[in-house]
Amino acid sequence: MSFVSVLVTLVFVAVALVVSYTQRLDLERDLVVGAVRALIQLLAMGYVLDVVFRLASWPLIALVLAAMAGVAVQNAGQRGAGLPRRFLPPAVGIVFAEAVTLALLLILRLIPAEARYVIPISGMIMGNSMVASGLVVNRLKAEMRARRGEVLSALALGASPRLAAQIPLRESVRAGMIPTVDALKTVGLVQLPGMMTGLLIAGASPLQAVRYQILVMFMLSTSTGVASMLSGFLAYRQFFNAAEQLVLPAEAAPAGGERGGAAR
Amino acid sequence: MVLTPRLELEDVWVASPEGGWILRGVRLRFPERALTALIGPSGAGKSTLLSLLNRLRDPDRGRVLLDGRDVRETEVRALRRRVGMVLQRPYLFPGTVAENVRFGPASRGESGPPVEELLAQVALPPEMAERRVDGLSGGEQQRVALARALANRPEVLLLDEPTASLDPGATLRVEETVRQLVETTGLTVIWVTHDLGQARRVADYVVLVMAGELAESGEAAGFFAGPASEAGRRFLAGELLPREGAGRAPA
Ligand SMILES: Nc1ncnc2c1ncn2[C@@H]1O[C@H](COP(=O)(O)OP(=O)(O)O)[C@@H](O)[C@H]1O
Ligand SMILES: [Mg+2]
Repeated sequence: MSFVSVLVTLVFVAVALVVSYTQRLDLERDLVVGAVRALIQLLAMGYVLDVVFRLASWPLIALVLAAMAGVAVQNAGQRGAGLPRRFLPPAVGIVFAEAVTLALLLILRLIPAEARYVIPISGMIMGNSMVASGLVVNRLKAEMRARRGEVLSALALGASPRLAAQIPLRESVRAGMIPTVDALKTVGLVQLPGMMTGLLIAGASPLQAVRYQILVMFMLSTSTGVASMLSGFLAYRQFFNAAEQLVLPAEAAPAGGERGGAAR
Repeated sequence: MVLTPRLELEDVWVASPEGGWILRGVRLRFPERALTALIGPSGAGKSTLLSLLNRLRDPDRGRVLLDGRDVRETEVRALRRRVGMVLQRPYLFPGTVAENVRFGPASRGESGPPVEELLAQVALPPEMAERRVDGLSGGEQQRVALARALANRPEVLLLDEPTASLDPGATLRVEETVRQLVETTGLTVIWVTHDLGQARRVADYVVLVMAGELAESGEAAGFFAGPASEAGRRFLAGELLPREGAGRAPA
């Protein structure tokens, strides 16, 4: 695909602009800003990856992964607004999910230790872990509020914070994993995931593309499982102080809307 | 004679997150082995005061003492076993009655007192043990919550409007059950209520809190015969008249 054809794709944005304008959706500004950002971010990423792939230097690869992790933690941390250490759950959750999943992939020799595999796959691991961690913390806040009476009753019976928070914790870890589990059930029936689509377009055989997709879906169940569990465990304790008293974060104004899910 | 459990508040202040004070300078000693009704209008600070006694909350100034020791110096879970609590609603955990009743001891790996014995203490039949809690009536659920608190063998029981969501019949039966516990086991009970009729029925002693301050405390009989304080007189009188804002009959 040539650069000229990339510019031609702007015609699709133009159609959306026309829809927005005629239907008075008032999205023109957002569409233009979004399209320009997507263009710049993706082109920049393309050039960076091109260099990284050619240099094949591990310190450089590690740097790219660290930058990706930083953005993911920053993003998921917004969900924990009001908690004393809101970046801790996504930081530990995402980094461990990445480490465990990538280690398994490399040790089991499912992917070669090359930048062109490690970086995009890590992007999927961290993107999905980011969404899972955010869901867990968000749900935990809601559950602790909704089940305040049960939590206080358990504390009053001499229970540890861990035991008092058991049901909220279980519900939130579930909430973090459910999108992955649901995706396992419907993949291939409803939609062809982005990664598989890309492989097909790039000329891979459908059988080859499907094998990679299976690998990706299964590995993401590890990633979101690890990220959800660790995020939950590091977040629930922040609802209790040293005297084992329940401290609910102040009810904040709802934060800006969450944009879509991560690629699978 | 050693009087225990001796619960005292020593110049206790609790700040409101919105500024100002929820409790201001409360000094008080709760009578042991008796039932004290903690009364006062809604928003007076009764629930806040109660939550200081088992450290679901700490005062910003002053101290809460149990047997002469600051409650912050004892291990908090041990304190909460000695000073049990039942809230306005039962807040039972999903599962059976027996699982709920055993929750406290089980959380420490102990078996605790026999479930049948605890159910008998709250006037529930032994065969109820294996029932699931969601099928019980409101009154039965609140009794299970009582039995669950008693399973820790507490010396003090804090009740925060435990009959607020019950019908009159169930309310009377819970009142009778708690009275029985005080008579037979010598439990110290502190019962928050805004219902003066209830306080009159159950209490040995009365503590009146108004706008975060201790207005009056003393024997229930004396209080209902004639409060010593002006605030007490107004509160007693106000409860007998139509509530403010409820609309008076036109002249
Ligand atoms: N955690 C809290 N945050 C904000 N305000 C509170 C909190 N707890 C209590 N209050 C306020 O303190 C006052 C006393 O509350 P409470 O102790 O529940 O009164 P009562 O039980 O007598 O009705 C009320 O005005 C209530 O709004
Ligand atoms: Mg109250």
